[in-house]
Amino acid sequence: MKCYLGVDIGSISTKGVIIDDDNNILASSYIPTEGSPVTAVKKLIKILKDKMDDKYIIKGIGTTGSARKLIGLLLDATIVKNEIMAHAIGTLSLYPDTKTILEIGGQDSKIILIQNGIITDYAMNTLCAAGTGSFLSSQAKRLGVDIKEFGKYALKSDNPVKIAARCTVFAESDLIHKAQAGYKKEDIISGLCKSIVLNYLNNVGKGKKIKEPIVFQGGVSKNEGVVKYFNEVLNTNVIVDDNSHLMGALGIAILSKGKTDKTYDLNIEDVSFQTKARECKGCSNNCEILRIYKDDKLIDNWGNRCDKYIKN
Amino acid sequence: MMGKYNIPVKYLLSKITHCIIIEPEKITSKTIELGNKYSPSFVCTPFKYTLGTMIESLDKGANVIIQAGGGCRYGYYAELQEQILKDLGYDFKLYNLVTASNLNVKKLYNIFKKIDKKFSVIKAIYYLYITKNMIRYMDKIDDYVRLNIGFSDKKSYKKLMDEMLDKFIKVKNPISLYAIYKKYNKKIKKVKVNKPKDCIKVGVIGELYTIMEPFANYFLEEELAKYNIEIKRFTNINYLLFTNKKVSKKALLNTKEFQKYKMGADASSNVYFAKYLCLKNYDGIIHIKSSFCTPEISSMVLINKVCEKYNKPVIYFSFDSSTSEVGIKTRLEAFYDMIEMRRNR
Repeated sequence: MKCYLGVDIGSISTKGVIIDDDNNILASSYIPTEGSPVTAVKKLIKILKDKMDDKYIIKGIGTTGSARKLIGLLLDATIVKNEIMAHAIGTLSLYPDTKTILEIGGQDSKIILIQNGIITDYAMNTLCAAGTGSFLSSQAKRLGVDIKEFGKYALKSDNPVKIAARCTVFAESDLIHKAQAGYKKEDIISGLCKSIVLNYLNNVGKGKKIKEPIVFQGGVSKNEGVVKYFNEVLNTNVIVDDNSHLMGALGIAILSKGKTDKTYDLNIEDVSFQTKARECKGCSNNCEILRIYKDDKLIDNWGNRCDKYIKN
Repeated sequence: MMGKYNIPVKYLLSKITHCIIIEPEKITSKTIELGNKYSPSFVCTPFKYTLGTMIESLDKGANVIIQAGGGCRYGYYAELQEQILKDLGYDFKLYNLVTASNLNVKKLYNIFKKIDKKFSVIKAIYYLYITKNMIRYMDKIDDYVRLNIGFSDKKSYKKLMDEMLDKFIKVKNPISLYAIYKKYNKKIKKVKVNKPKDCIKVGVIGELYTIMEPFANYFLEEELAKYNIEIKRFTNINYLLFTNKKVSKKALLNTKEFQKYKMGADASSNVYFAKYLCLKNYDGIIHIKSSFCTPEISSMVLINKVCEKYNKPVIYFSFDSSTSEVGIKTRLEAFYDMIEMRRNR
């Protein structure tokens, strides 16, 4: 059976799916990146392989997410694409009528506007990580609550505290202040979830017309509290798919279809993959050159502004 | 100094004064590091870049600095930078050509008389005329290259332009300047262009410093050229010095439905440019500014309305001294993909 692999390597988690020709998900996995995309992807591929039976051949590999370029090299990917396209394609394959995609991931959040199945506008958070998954998970840790339970806690409260969430640093000091003032934990968590929604709409969604149907995805969409407040603030019901965290991987797998006749094996467990950084001393710009080694062989160079380095 | 405009400025100053001109180093990450270190952190990046350049030039031995700028907060930068540099212990004189957004001839005369006792007005007018033309020619060639660089050999353009500028700096009269311009204009137009008729066209608008200094916008135009995109940009020195007033009047007249009063710096004009690009059926608009640029923050709200009305995509970039380059590339790639998708519908 012909299959396609999509890998979405984010800052916090690494997602992978294997799909068939009709975009059905045959196997999927979601594991933490833990700061090492290469190790995470090796682990991910092993999990995916174990889930599949033997009668499959991989005819396309796509990578997306912030480590897409590196992992694209590691897997020798058919296609390496940005998250925005991948997310939109993934979602549209399941909900062709979607008009707005809200996505909140570990380090970034984005909004994608769609008309008749075409992306017409998008925006991503630029300067601040306030209102993204990593902020939530660090606060969960600080409050001593498992991130998976976070949303449930939020639902318990009917009196969310107001939190100044314009900036993560201020939000955190405000949170501490509220906690020290004796607020209940669920009220604080609930307030935090609400602040994420307000911040997102103010920051990323600013000036964008949010039309229904709205799909909410990315890791944070698993948080029931955030979903609740999106519904409340937007006065609608946002769609959250069971696989809402896999949309990027699904989309990039779809995009890898029909691009090549090559057949891929997934034996990357023993491949050694290394990045060595070096400052170029060619001029005072001191570009940081990244050199990528696969099995001790130099396969790529990144980061140079001019050709000087490559020549020498 | 922004982009390649150091050449006409150097030319003018070397002709009308007897000073030794110390050319600032090209802007590198060292420049911005220096600027960042001594600037207030919430000031806009042009302040940081120019301060860094000043430090680099002072270290090379400069003892006179000329600063010019106005329209927004930039109008106060000269005084602030002077104070910062004096506090750092540098010994120099700073002359601000534009105080309180006001440039007048008598003041300029007094400044140059102070810089150089032998300063002659007639000579100044003569060379000012040549410099004005030089800038106009440079901008004309630049505009042409911007339209075509995505479809032809980047290196030959760069080589020809550098050659032309090398010759520009040696000219003695307006006629030989014009001859050199004609010659290189011909040569540049001879570079083979492989441009499809319906190529993707994008307009770049925004805050003037960031838009004109490639280092400050992380070489955005080069990046766009890689995607075979035709680039339209309004802002250049010719615009700032000579056509600005006219354009901003026209801007308010032509965008009545969006704005009533003039906003600071180029903000109102940028709203007009956005409308112009929409009406000319450009595929998208890229708005760039340095972080904390107040006039452009106001214009963004209106540009949003313009683009909504004409159903055109717009993307905003805010550049700071520590912006992640990868993030910019991701957004640009997505912007290009989106435009292609819109086209293929």
